[in-house]
Amino acid sequence: MAGGRLTRADAAYVARLARIDLTDEELDTYAQQLAVVLEHAAQVAALDTRGVEPTAHPLPLRNVLRADEPGPSLDRAEVLAQAPAVEDNRFRVPPILGEAP
Amino acid sequence: MTDPSTSGRAAPALGIAAGVRRGDPSAAAVVQRHLEAIDEHDGVLHAFLTVLHDSALAEAAEIDRRVAAGEAAGALAGVPVAVKDNLCTRGVPTTCSSRILEGWRPPYDATVVEKLRAAGAVVVGKTNLDEFAMGSSTENSAFGPTRNPHDPERVPGGSSGGSAAAVAAGLVPMALGSDTGGSIRQPAALCGVVGMKPTYGTVSRYGLVAFASSLDQVGPITRSVLDAAALFDVIAGDDPRDSTCLERPSPRCAERCDQGVDGLRVGVLAELLDGVDPAVGARVRQAAEVLAAAGAHVEERSVPELRLGLPAYYLVAPAEASSNLARYDGVRYGLRVEADTAEAMNSATRAAGFGPEVKRRIMLGTYALSAGYYDAYYGQAQKVRTLIIDALAAAYQHADVLLGATTPTTAFALGAKVDDPWAMYLSDVCTVPSNLAGHPAISVPFGTDDGLLPVGVQVLAPALGEAVLFRAAAALEDAAPALSAPRVLAR
Repeated sequence: MAGGRLTRADAAYVARLARIDLTDEELDTYAQQLAVVLEHAAQVAALDTRGVEPTAHPLPLRNVLRADEPGPSLDRAEVLAQAPAVEDNRFRVPPILGEAP
Repeated sequence: MTDPSTSGRAAPALGIAAGVRRGDPSAAAVVQRHLEAIDEHDGVLHAFLTVLHDSALAEAAEIDRRVAAGEAAGALAGVPVAVKDNLCTRGVPTTCSSRILEGWRPPYDATVVEKLRAAGAVVVGKTNLDEFAMGSSTENSAFGPTRNPHDPERVPGGSSGGSAAAVAAGLVPMALGSDTGGSIRQPAALCGVVGMKPTYGTVSRYGLVAFASSLDQVGPITRSVLDAAALFDVIAGDDPRDSTCLERPSPRCAERCDQGVDGLRVGVLAELLDGVDPAVGARVRQAAEVLAAAGAHVEERSVPELRLGLPAYYLVAPAEASSNLARYDGVRYGLRVEADTAEAMNSATRAAGFGPEVKRRIMLGTYALSAGYYDAYYGQAQKVRTLIIDALAAAYQHADVLLGATTPTTAFALGAKVDDPWAMYLSDVCTVPSNLAGHPAISVPFGTDDGLLPVGVQVLAPALGEAVLFRAAAALEDAAPALSAPRVLAR
């Protein structure tokens, strides 16, 4: 699918990776719109970049570690108050095990 | 501290602060007046998502108490400030204009919000944006678009459109925005105000809801260059809670705005004039003449690598967004759509909570990072960043600042580009190179087009070049052709 048309199945695969339920109509729209962006991206993909280092962060940074001193963290009750579902001071979620891979 | 009473330079916000520190007017009176202006005009503009009447008046009363007690009240004492709604405010809704965060009340303040308050500023409200800052018109807000004060049938630009419109209409003298690919500078240009993106790492991102982490920066939107410099001075600085912050001495840009441009080398960038509307291009040429008349050496410059900026940006930014937005999974905060399994819950929540543009960017970014495409797209785009950085470094051998358009057009009609994503993305073509390079840039209002819509001229500087950036911007402001008054304007 690189550089060419994206099919509905291609879009459905990407939507699954991204964990977004999309309708067939949305899949078709995004397949078409992503293809337009990827056409423009083709000039980037086609560049000869042999010997060019990638830039992950634009300025050189030094890794720094803070002093290992205890300090206040976020208030647990205040954090949990924002959660959709809570049980025993923890976030509650639907079953994870037993799902399809 | 800059005292605007001894400088001839316009600075509405600093003027307010100087008055408040003398006790006349009171911070309470200033804040009350601005809250009334918001109440009167925001029905038309929809610049605000939340207005903080009570806490703003309480903060103002505290400033007045400090002044009465002879305590230091701060560089921005009593200045009403609006904050883009992707900056966390403790206990106050922070939506990012998304249904997925509707009702969320962060348990902490962003570092920049702490810094504002420490300087005496009063946070009066949270402003509208394109959902998660993805857009160039503020039409992608789940809570409805913001309108341009100069013509309410036109967009204010985006994604910081609420902040730019609020400043342009006089609802606040200054506001914070965030800029990932132009989201401060482009709406500033379209609304006729000053908007500045700092060097990456200069302003803490702690509490800025992440869009594209290697590009995002918080910056000022104001009605004057000196106010922008003063606000930048307040929010800049190292922060142990942001590992990408640079250790850097206080930039003290406000006190350098008056240094002039005599002898400064200015390069007019061909790539930032290419394809822009003739009326916008003519204003950039005029701006170059203004700087030359003020003593600058002006030359044409070409940096062809900048043409790769837009396609590279629309790989890097969506890729990082797709990763950052994975956190909206219905577990810890925000919306949840219940389902039988965790994955079904995640997928249904994200389908219901994200709007069309956010889904589009996540799809694009996920594709660009997926197996078999990483090297061709994201990896190549990261190398393009290096090419752009190297090419700009070569240009800065011969120039202290670079000049160009901020946006290819003036404000466009609501709805004009919503069905054509690439046409909307082209709004960012002049601004994305500075984000990819991590460099500072500023948009200064510089007259209008034939339809009396504001035009922004952009100044670019090398990394950590904020002082020279503000000097050039101030020189442009000194000679800028007048704007027409916005149709929606607080008196």
